[in-house]
Amino acid sequence: MPFDEQTRERARTLIARYPKPRSALLPLLHLVQSEEGYVTPAGIGFCAEQLGLTKAEVGAVATFYTMYKRRPVGDYHVGVCTNTLCAVMGGDAVYAALKEHLGVDGQNAVTDDGRVSLEHIECNAACDYAPVVMVNWEFFDNQTPESAKALVDDLRAGTAVKPTRGADSVCTWREAERVLAGFYDGRADEGAAAGPATLEGLRLAGQQEGTD
Amino acid sequence: MRLTPVLSANWGSDRPWTLDGYGDYAGARKALAMDPDAVIQTVKDSGLRGRGGAGFPTGNKWGFIPQGDGKPHYLVVNADESEPGTCKDIPIMLANPHVLIEGVVIASYAIRANHAFIYVRGEVLHVVRRLQAAVQEAYAAGILGGNVLGSGYALDVVVHAGAGAYICGEETALLDSLEGYRGQPRLRPPFPAVAGLYASPTVINNVESIASVPAILDKGVEWFRTFGTEKSPGFTLYSLSGHVTRPGQYEAPLGVTLRELLDVAGGVREGHQLKFWTPGGSSTPILTAEHLDVPLDYEAIGEAGSMLGTKALQIFDETTCVVRAVLRWTEFYAHESCGKCTPCREGTYWMVQILQRLEAGSGDAQDIDTLLDACDNILGRSFCALGDGATSPITSSVQYFKDEYVAHWEQGGCPFDPTAATLFATATQGAR
Repeated sequence: MPFDEQTRERARTLIARYPKPRSALLPLLHLVQSEEGYVTPAGIGFCAEQLGLTKAEVGAVATFYTMYKRRPVGDYHVGVCTNTLCAVMGGDAVYAALKEHLGVDGQNAVTDDGRVSLEHIECNAACDYAPVVMVNWEFFDNQTPESAKALVDDLRAGTAVKPTRGADSVCTWREAERVLAGFYDGRADEGAAAGPATLEGLRLAGQQEGTD
Repeated sequence: MRLTPVLSANWGSDRPWTLDGYGDYAGARKALAMDPDAVIQTVKDSGLRGRGGAGFPTGNKWGFIPQGDGKPHYLVVNADESEPGTCKDIPIMLANPHVLIEGVVIASYAIRANHAFIYVRGEVLHVVRRLQAAVQEAYAAGILGGNVLGSGYALDVVVHAGAGAYICGEETALLDSLEGYRGQPRLRPPFPAVAGLYASPTVINNVESIASVPAILDKGVEWFRTFGTEKSPGFTLYSLSGHVTRPGQYEAPLGVTLRELLDVAGGVREGHQLKFWTPGGSSTPILTAEHLDVPLDYEAIGEAGSMLGTKALQIFDETTCVVRAVLRWTEFYAHESCGKCTPCREGTYWMVQILQRLEAGSGDAQDIDTLLDACDNILGRSFCALGDGATSPITSSVQYFKDEYVAHWEQGGCPFDPTAATLFATATQGAR
């Protein structure tokens, strides 16, 4: 049975953070995904019950946002940016290569083993690292078709992978969703402050200082 | 041209995301010793303009909040960075979340808010962690909570993760989303300063705007105004991406030019020439090599027929098909249109159909006219600026590159090799 007492306690914690309970709906839907993997009918009912809304009201919200999934995704959800800049820089080629390599087609399609799902995503605010791939919303910068195929192979084989800018390893989809719901997992001190492109201007400013 | 790291100054230091690595909240301490109205006046005097795209004076926004009205006031930080090309707020929050929290303390105190929200897009897990950890750390250090830095002022801050919707970067859609609804824009007036979150007076500011405030309080208005121009004072993050030798974040005074930035960044990738660029994301009309010397400030870029936007400089060289680029952006707007207003919802859908035909080489001159007519019927005819933004790439690309549209139907297909434009193109195709 999903939504045990601990989950209900978490829901109450989220609702208490806001001046008005309904503001907790987006966090609650993330919480549902952390328990169920996606927004199940039972999850919609759970949110409705917690907030005193109808299931229709919750469903209307859940279906508006692309991060809420209506079917199960993989333990590792892979997003390839195919907005213009990433697409031009190679995102289209990366996405095409992954579709073929994984044998999946269509948004959020999952591999037979349930390990990996694939989505083409919109701009993820990392354009200076194009082309960009996300795994459970961690950054994998400057990808090529080959590096992306090796990445998903590791994910399917259960080999730990390290984001370019993020924690030391990628957590599961459900673990990520619990953080997004608003429950910190204690991993902020992992990883670097910034990647090389982020620091490029600062580095060159230092060189300008040196030439004075 | 001199780079001027202020926001980015500590990004290379040891664990800058921790309180120890950040510093002592000197700007907030100064603000809390002042009258709130004096804090607002300081930010007004600095001339700081909103860094989220519109360039509205930040201090004026704060000044619009009615005081003594008996209602709770709210500060909402717009950290839903998702305008294509824009990638400055995410690195700020990843490396330096405390500068944002310090700005939140100052802004909330100024507008007499006791509750602030950081609405961060959900698709950036480690950024969410860094924000959550910094807020926890700030509570533990007495920077947030019932007695902020011993001043008696109370402030609670909630980190709120979105769920994947570009429209929630629009401030009134963000408010609806934060209230637990579908993110759809509201009709204005009333403006959020009067009836925002929970129908109470609310200030919504971009991450970079709020992060710029602590230094202004700490170092003063005169210091801030030594950067930039009279009407666009201060420093800002210019984000270079695409076909440039060294993509990245370049912090410089407002009013520098793309030519100057490219000089520092090693120019367009080797062996190639600039074809077109966006000054501030995909919603700002594209510009070309003839605009390399236009100062990148709000006024000059406006006079050049575009907008400074988020200073997201997406650089495309001659290997890029402009029709493909515009089609992809239009698909984005069609996907992200919330559906509330008919011109935007229907218009973006049909423009995608026409652009697909054009890119495939089966369009004709009538299609260009239809596209421009559709743009005319979208621009200024919807609640928010998403529809307006959707017309920018189309009208500007037809203005500068109509020949390329024609070439598609004359040749019966796209004349470009997409492989040549990629990061991993071979040397003969033109790698960097």
